Amino acid sequence: MSNPNGRFGIHGGQYIPETLMNSVIELEKAYSYYKNDPQFQAEFSALLDEYAGRPSRLYYAKKLTEALGGAKIYLKREDLNHTGAHKINNVLGQALLAKKMGKTRLIAETGAGQHGVATATAAALMGMECVIFMGEEDTKRQALNVYRMRLLGAEVIPVTSGTATLKDAVSEAMGEWCKRIEDTHYCLGSVMGPHPFPTIVRDFQAVISREIKAQILEKEGRLPDAVLACVGGGSNAIGTFYHFIDDTNVRLIGCEAAGRGIDTFETAATINTGKLGIFHGMKSYFCQDEYGQIAPVYSISAGLDYPGIGPEHAHLYDIGRAEYVPVTDDEAVDAFEYLSRTEGIIPAIESAHAIAYGLKLAPTMNKDQIMVITVSGRGDKDCAAIARYRGEELYE
Amino acid sequence: MSNLSSILNQKKVFLPFLTCGDPDCETTAANILALAESGADAVILGIPFSDPTAEGSLIQCANIRALAGGATTDRIFKMAEEIRNEISIPLIFMTYANVVFSYGMERFCKRCESLGIEGLIIPDVPFEEKEEFDVVCKSYQMDLISMIAPTSASRISKIASEANGFVFAVSGLGVSDEQSKMQATIEQTVSEIKAHTNIPCIVGFGIQTPAQAAYMTGFADGVIADTTFTEIVAKYAKDSTPYVKEFAHSMIAAIQNTIE
Repeated sequence: MSNPNGRFGIHGGQYIPETLMNSVIELEKAYSYYKNDPQFQAEFSALLDEYAGRPSRLYYAKKLTEALGGAKIYLKREDLNHTGAHKINNVLGQALLAKKMGKTRLIAETGAGQHGVATATAAALMGMECVIFMGEEDTKRQALNVYRMRLLGAEVIPVTSGTATLKDAVSEAMGEWCKRIEDTHYCLGSVMGPHPFPTIVRDFQAVISREIKAQILEKEGRLPDAVLACVGGGSNAIGTFYHFIDDTNVRLIGCEAAGRGIDTFETAATINTGKLGIFHGMKSYFCQDEYGQIAPVYSISAGLDYPGIGPEHAHLYDIGRAEYVPVTDDEAVDAFEYLSRTEGIIPAIESAHAIAYGLKLAPTMNKDQIMVITVSGRGDKDCAAIARYRGEELYE
Repeated sequence: MSNLSSILNQKKVFLPFLTCGDPDCETTAANILALAESGADAVILGIPFSDPTAEGSLIQCANIRALAGGATTDRIFKMAEEIRNEISIPLIFMTYANVVFSYGMERFCKRCESLGIEGLIIPDVPFEEKEEFDVVCKSYQMDLISMIAPTSASRISKIASEANGFVFAVSGLGVSDEQSKMQATIEQTVSEIKAHTNIPCIVGFGIQTPAQAAYMTGFADGVIADTTFTEIVAKYAKDSTPYVKEFAHSMIAAIQNTIE
């Protein structure tokens, strides 16, 4: 979808300091070689299958379907991957790429901690040094994941600048990459940042829709009518959409974190409340004020608490191919609890945003229609925070 | 050669950097006047951005203080307007792509032209992305300044040969206030730059002492000092002007001594 300069329509590009340019050019060259290298692809495939546990299941949620009385609902179970989320797909690809490039150290940003845990995991597996940047606010919200990363041998650096959340962690990681590019690969966790990251991460996450397509054809003999995924930066969503982009009868629906509502300032719904801008290496939509100052966004979900969205999503929105809908904290928490009780599946609070919209949409669809919702991660990490949201004094 | 190039080409130059609005625009205005009086050859004025990703924590904090103090692009334009007629040296804005883009590139550059701003530095717009900004800058007689880093290597020739105003040679790796040592490679970088352009090549980011300034101007056409002024303003706030002046004097003296 992207042209050679990493543009998706008007979005994307490489808006980064000159000090970083040769690093992204080196990465771009390496990736364009290895993506066509059968040996690299074979090693990547083997890691996904043997280590991450792919393919992930496409599960028919019978009880949920019956309870809602509309479309037939399938859940793409990325929560069953090793480390409990889709993040491992991208990380294994990038760690392998970094290794081939002769890098010995991985750095990454993390919001909810899932990408950090996945990166620390890949670093442990491949014998690489690992440093994770995490907003100090998030280290408190996701204390268990901080421990996990340390257990896996990574150093976790709490970021105190700005709002001390995901965007600040991205900025710090970029700064660190600037300082130490010889031995370090920046393992960016989402389909964002400067070219080639949005393309690399999308390619590594595209396994999700490749599998959904094969699995649904096998189970139903036809394509779904709608696929849903939550969107922060947008990696699990682009992974879920990618192989359906040309199948124009399949609705692509990204579910944004509306926080306390898109009519409040406490929101992270970029498409619904943001405007065109340039930040973190890319042109895309961003939550910002009238002078272009990046807004301090909010969501109950640390993984969706980001003021921008990947450039390919911005383009899919511009051309009307994908829809982006806002889902509030309240709706996500309700869905978190509802899926747990109905199907015995505790979704990540991020994924619960997609479930929440599915709960609204399914009853409006016919019984012979099919909806696929990607459960991007498991919700164990969120239990204490949701308990507190419901007024229980539960601490990890 | 543009007007900015000709002015900066006359001698070894000293370009101080200030974050506008830190702690307020009145103080920034007083500091600009003091710098002009001290003999600075141009002043680089940072328009604060919420997330200045290329800066170290020192300048990040200055940006946050300025925004918290109510600095906006319009307020800063107004301040520049108020002092413009009192000084004759060039003024250069430095800010992030989104600040210019969200204001509207055309509108931003037009306002700059009316204020006699001669240059614009946007650290997150590299060579590959400069066209959309450069076209607008040119139509309003403003030079979009190109940055070159020691990591630029094979990119130096194409960046330098298309550069306008002056070349901003980044003195070391990394974010601006976290370099402990000046890299010897900067001298090599400057000589490569000068092989591809005759506009001034000015070294910046992290130059903190008169001795460093003297060393740099041994081979470069001038220096940009950012962190020390930021530290002074952070420490003395509204009372920073005499200290700004004092430091500027010591830097200028050191630079002039290298010439003699």
